[in-house]
Order: sequence, then structure tokens, then C-alpha cells
Amino acid sequence: MARFVFRSLLQRAVLVAFFASNAVSAGDVILMQSTTSVQNSGLFDYLLPLFQDETGIEVRVVAVGTGQALRNAVRGDADLLFVHSKEAEEDFVARGFGLARYEVMYNDFIIVGPSSDPAKIGGLSDVTEALRKISDQREIFVSRGDDSGTHRVEMTLWGSTDIRPERASGAWYRETGSGMGATLNIAIGMGAYVLTDRASWIAFGSKRDHIPLVEGDPRLMNQYSVIAVNPLKHAHVNVHGARQFIDWILSGAGQRAIAAYTMDGRQLFVPNARPD
Amino acid sequence: MDIGVLFLQSFGLISNWDSNLSEIVFLSLQVTVTAVVLACLLGLPIGAMVGTFRFFGRSGLILGMNVLMGLPPVIVGLVVYLLLSASGPMGVLGLLYTPFAMIIAQTVLVTPIIAALSRQVIEDLWMEYAEQFASLGVSRRARIFALLWDARFSLLTVVLAGFGRAVAEVGAVMIVGGNINHVTRVMTTAIALETSRGQLELALALGLVLLIVSLVVNIVVMAFRGTIVRGAYA
Repeated sequence: MARFVFRSLLQRAVLVAFFASNAVSAGDVILMQSTTSVQNSGLFDYLLPLFQDETGIEVRVVAVGTGQALRNAVRGDADLLFVHSKEAEEDFVARGFGLARYEVMYNDFIIVGPSSDPAKIGGLSDVTEALRKISDQREIFVSRGDDSGTHRVEMTLWGSTDIRPERASGAWYRETGSGMGATLNIAIGMGAYVLTDRASWIAFGSKRDHIPLVEGDPRLMNQYSVIAVNPLKHAHVNVHGARQFIDWILSGAGQRAIAAYTMDGRQLFVPNARPD
Repeated sequence: MDIGVLFLQSFGLISNWDSNLSEIVFLSLQVTVTAVVLACLLGLPIGAMVGTFRFFGRSGLILGMNVLMGLPPVIVGLVVYLLLSASGPMGVLGLLYTPFAMIIAQTVLVTPIIAALSRQVIEDLWMEYAEQFASLGVSRRARIFALLWDARFSLLTVVLAGFGRAVAEVGAVMIVGGNINHVTRVMTTAIALETSRGQLELALALGLVLLIVSLVVNIVVMAFRGTIVRGAYA
């Protein structure tokens, strides 16, 4: 506690000294590590002001891949996680870094590609068959390659085939090591296939002639969860604020707000918190 | 496409942008100007001392300073992140993801540029002044101040080079600032974000704004310099 008080006083003093005009909020603040996919969808710009109006808590979002978000939280650089990689999340909680994992909402992954569709995967609902066709034809497939939630799903899907795409890395398999938006820019520039979450795709402003080709496979479900960082590991975290956010996002009000968020008339996320 | 039309479209896009442009421009300038001032306070004396004094290991130091001019921003960001992270040695300060962290990163990035370039400028001037200083018996400290003052116009260009590096840099501020809306979002991280959203025209427009900001800063510095020159001949 003493450390926390010292820390916040010092932080405020330093910030006030340098930035008397801005960047210092008087109220409660929580730091959330989240993913580029949710940030690019614009959901936070819609959701967080609603939460702040209701509770007075300001949520600061750092958007990185799920893998990096979890690692930053392990170091104590977060109060809250809003991520999408079930196994990694459960591991994070099991190691004692997170309090509990709550499922919040989902959407789905899709494979997008050029409308000419040289690998002829359009309309397939079996995602492994689509991946096999792409690799058989040596058509370019662009991977996130960044240990993000989307990348882990992609690796799981390849794992269910007998194909080892990393052997073709640099040939037909291209790893960008970048966020979802940067990877979409690259895939579209190359006329290549790419796995993306649907929200990033709908929100993406430069689709050119790329269209969704494969969707509807149950393995393409994209589940998002929230986890509060365990104050026993990092005493300075704002666990009270994180709990308030979790309570709100799982409540009727939070869940309705998620369902109400649309872009171009389309709902981007489906709320699915379990009532308890 | 006609470049004039592109400009007009850009400004149309920016006027309809949902984020607060003036806030972002203001924070960019606050962070970068503070970092450049700190880098000057550190780099100019270092450059002047290395430029005038002869001591053991001097060539190695100059080599080191020149190499550090090429510091990759991402590496600076990573190192500052590890220092300021809650688990890092300076974690207790709670500065990660604040503008202060961005200032630290940019100061680290710019100081070698100011030091290395000013060292060359001062050394060239020192060659001219050395005999005169010796004959007048000027003290070491007074030599440094005289050289820095007489080289002030060349040093302004050095400072502008440092400013250009800091204001255009994205890798370090992205990592240590986190690109948090209304807190640590600056011009370059906003451009990166809009590019990743596929809003390429908007990203381009923001790039133009960044150039204009740099233009204004350069004009201000040139006007300031002009005032000094006129003052000197008055």
C-alpha cells in the first residue's frame, strides 16, 4: 500500500510538473492491455465512454497482440486484460497472474482473398480443406506470425492438417509479424489469402477487390475474455477498478452495449457472458 | 491525381476526423520539444567538451557517439520499456504509458545526434580559435561557452536535426507510450493506427499535418535566428 501511494503521488507530481495542461486525470484510471483487432473495430471508442459515464473510471487501452498483452501483464503493466486466446489465458490464470477468466463476447474468423480466388476456396465451410487447397496451389497466404490470438488460431488450424506452412516461409507462406491491420494491408497488396477476425475486416477501410471466401466453420469461433490482474503478484494494480469494469461488461448494460455496436449496419460482436 | 486536390481532400478528411487533432499535435510538440531541450542540455556540453579537449579514449568516444546516432527507435523503446515496466528497476515511478516515458525515450534517441553533430561543429571552430584562446589565456570553461556561443547558428541546425528525428519517430513512443487515446497518442502513432485501420487517405493527411508542424517549427527557428543576426549588426 505504501508503495502504491508513493508511486501514485510521485507519478502525479512528475506529470503535473511537466504536463499541467493535459494527460493527468483526476479520477480513477485502469490500464487495459487488449488486442489490435478490438481496437481497429472501434468498439472501445464506443464502449469506454459509456462505462466512464456510469462509473467515472477512465479506461486506458494499450492495443497489442494477445501474446504481448499477456506478457506485459505478467510484468505488471496492466490492471486488466481483454484478449482472445483461450489456452494462453487459462495458462495465465493458472500461473496465478490473473484472478479469473470471464467470457464476454465473440465473433468469428474468416479467410479473405482476392475475388478472382485462384485457389478456388470460395464457399467452402471446411477451413482445413481451404488451407490445403491454398498450400497445394502454392497461392500466397499471409500470416500474422506475431503470437497474437489470431495467429494462434491460424497455427491450430494448420495443425489439424498435415501441412507445415513454416517450411514454405518466404515462398507462398508470408509471415508479417505485425498487427491485424498492417497484415491486411500487406495481404491486399499481394493479392493474397489471409485469416482475419470479422470485426477487423468490416472496419477495414481499404479492401479493394478482396472479399470473405471461407466462413461458418465452428473452429473459426473467436471468443474474447476479460481477466483482472492478480494484486498478489503485483500490489500496485487497480483491482477495484478492474473488477468494476468486469462487473459492468458482464452485466445487462455492458452486454447490451456490445450488441448495439454496429458498423455499416452490421453488428461486429455477439455478447455471450454467462449469467451467474 | 492533382496534388492540390489531394491536399484539399486531406484537409476535408482531417476536419471530419473523430479524434481531436489539436490535442494530438499539441502532445507531439510537448513531448518532442521537451525531449530536444533535455537532449541539448546533455548533448551540447558533451559535444563541446569532446570537440575541444584531448584525452585518452577520445577517438573511441567519438566513434561511439557516431554509432549511437543510428540507434533503432524500437530498441530504445524496448530498453526504456524494460526500465519503466512495473517489474523493471524504475517501475516504482509508475511512468510507463505516460508522456514522460515518451520524453525519456526520445531524449535517449536524440542526445547522441546532438552530441555527435555538435562535436564536429565545435571541433571545426576550435581549430580556428585554438591559438587565440592560448594567447589570451582563456580558461577551459570560458572556451566551451565562447565556442558554443559563436557556433550557435550551426548548432541551431543540429538541434533541428534532432527535432526532426524525434518528431518523426514512431517505434519508441509506440512501445513506451502505448498509443493511448487522449493520453499518449501523438502524430506518428495516430498515423500508424489509421494505416492499420486501412484509412490510408486519412493517414496520409495526418502525415501532411506532421510535415506542416515541422515547417512551422523550422520557420520559427529561422525567424528567431534572423532576429539574432539583425541584433548582432545593430
